[in-house]
Amino acid sequence: MSTATTERHDAAGHSTTPIVELENVGKSYGNVHALRGVSLNVRQGEVTCVLGDNGAGKSTLIKIMSGLHDHTDGTMKLDGVVRRFGSPREAQASGIATVYQDLALAPLMSVWRNFFLGNELRKGPLRTLDIARMKRICADELGKMGVFVPDLDGPVAGLSGGQRQCIAIARAIYFGARVIILDEPTAALGVKQSGVALRYIVKARDAGLGVIFITHNPHHAYLVGNHFVILKLGRVVLDAHRDDLTLEQLTTEMAGGQELGELSHELRGVDPGKVIDPGEVEHGQVEAPALSPEERKAVEREEEEELRA
Amino acid sequence: MTATATEPSRGVATQDDRVATRPLAARLLSRPEVGSLIAAIVIFLLFMAVAEPFRNVANVGTILYGASTIGIMAVPVALLMIGGEFDLSAGVAVTTSGLSASLLAWNFGLNVWVGILLALAVSVAIGAFNGWLLLKTGLPSFLVTLGTFFILQGVNLGVTRLLTGNVASADISDMDGFASAQNIFGSEVTLGPVTLKITVLYWVLLTVIAAYVLLRTRAGNWVFAVGGDAAAARAVGVPVRATKIGLFVAVGFCAWLSGMHLLFQFNTVQSGEGVGKEFIFIIAAVIGGCLLTGGYGSVVGASLGALIFGMTQLGINYAGWNPDWFRTFLGVMLLLATLVNMYVKRRADLR
Repeated sequence: MSTATTERHDAAGHSTTPIVELENVGKSYGNVHALRGVSLNVRQGEVTCVLGDNGAGKSTLIKIMSGLHDHTDGTMKLDGVVRRFGSPREAQASGIATVYQDLALAPLMSVWRNFFLGNELRKGPLRTLDIARMKRICADELGKMGVFVPDLDGPVAGLSGGQRQCIAIARAIYFGARVIILDEPTAALGVKQSGVALRYIVKARDAGLGVIFITHNPHHAYLVGNHFVILKLGRVVLDAHRDDLTLEQLTTEMAGGQELGELSHELRGVDPGKVIDPGEVEHGQVEAPALSPEERKAVEREEEEELRA
Repeated sequence: MTATATEPSRGVATQDDRVATRPLAARLLSRPEVGSLIAAIVIFLLFMAVAEPFRNVANVGTILYGASTIGIMAVPVALLMIGGEFDLSAGVAVTTSGLSASLLAWNFGLNVWVGILLALAVSVAIGAFNGWLLLKTGLPSFLVTLGTFFILQGVNLGVTRLLTGNVASADISDMDGFASAQNIFGSEVTLGPVTLKITVLYWVLLTVIAAYVLLRTRAGNWVFAVGGDAAAARAVGVPVRATKIGLFVAVGFCAWLSGMHLLFQFNTVQSGEGVGKEFIFIIAAVIGGCLLTGGYGSVVGASLGALIFGMTQLGINYAGWNPDWFRTFLGVMLLLATLVNMYVKRRADLR
């Protein structure tokens, strides 16, 4: 098989071949290239971290893998076979589960109905919902995550952000047979809840799943990641294994390395720490900081992508 | 009666010590149809007290008949609202269906049953068109179906006048198949002192089936999901398009059933009929606990809403009040029901 060239040995010495392979994948919306020439290998039993600033193309990348969008360039292989997903249902059927940043929960539906949405268990000749079993499994799975929901029949809108995050993760792990994609699972969480989410990533890895962890927090990524990919303006700017990278390097790369230097150069004149006497401003008196053409382009791209999403 | 379709004994399955169950009262109060149930009881008691004929058992059939003609449409409209969409063309689509069957059979000299089947195709096609156009354009269903509403209204009048030179379809009671069709769509049964129209049977049957589908099947779960958050539903693999189009088709099917009753009850259909009915269906659904924004509601509630209509319509007559005030009463009912639903839901969710 062609995958022999990409073989890598994991910590325990087992050889694992990538389950999902992206080769030069790109996505353009008209003349906007949201993603260009991205190559990525996802192995089972490994955590692949995809880092990047807002608008770097992270969302586009996972939308391609989870079947929400189709890519316009390159190939995506699943188990070595070239595939295109026409819908999220197809991706799920192939064993790829996604926890979206907005969690994809219907706010007014009960906890158990949300948990099994799209994967309802049925019984009997009338294909009736097996509500008892679904509630039991839902309670068990949430219990495993250490989440105690007061009422499985209550709407998810009444739960905290952390609880909702956990429901979405627990659901994806329960249904996602082989690959689980987590889109910024820690972005909206507090420190403790982030810890729970990160522990779940490790649990998913230990269960032999391929985990794709999307984040813009290098500290979180380095805690759990085996492999790191940094996207910038739709391109891969770093692709490294944990052994070849320190947290400092990752943080610097993520913070924009050279760009950060430029920014610090630019902000040199602001004299941080200075305290100004209280004052009042007239309308329009404060001048907006001017963006460079490149920065403006990046911001526009970001907005464009948000609109598409 | 229709209460058989509510979820029985929730929480029996969740005998899990980690998951505390809420008090029974709170769980009952958090049901979407509770507001309409309270309102139905209050209105029933009100007319029992003030209207002497309302107490006459023989009038139960008349009251239920009025409720059933609204309920047959309120049920699918409620499903559609839970699925996050409106259908403003539902009222005139009933007339379109009745006219299609009548005019096609009469104009081409067909067996009445052929006309009935063609009308079914027309009704289902109108529903599918509404759903398709909505998903194709991404316009709000309010606008799309407002368009269909006016188109159908014009077509009803125009085609009828073109074919018959009149504003009503011709009497088809002497045509082949009319008698058997009337048995199906316009007959009645007598149970002791009560005479029940067959529409009451259809209404109860539809309510039971719709409540079962909504609460006990995968399709029902999808209806809640596409109304609650269509993007989230799609992301977890729910076929959003098929679900929404299916809901519009269900409205079309029920419009056909209503239209057939209209035709076989009166032998002819007035082409201007049905305007304004769409709001009555929507009001019944809202009184029944459906949220205008979708994702929440109950078909049992919508049926109770239809029952409230039936009781009020006749109750005002029986009480000897001026029927001019019927609509005002409805408006007040709608506002009260919405407020009660909102209040009850908030209280129940907070516990």
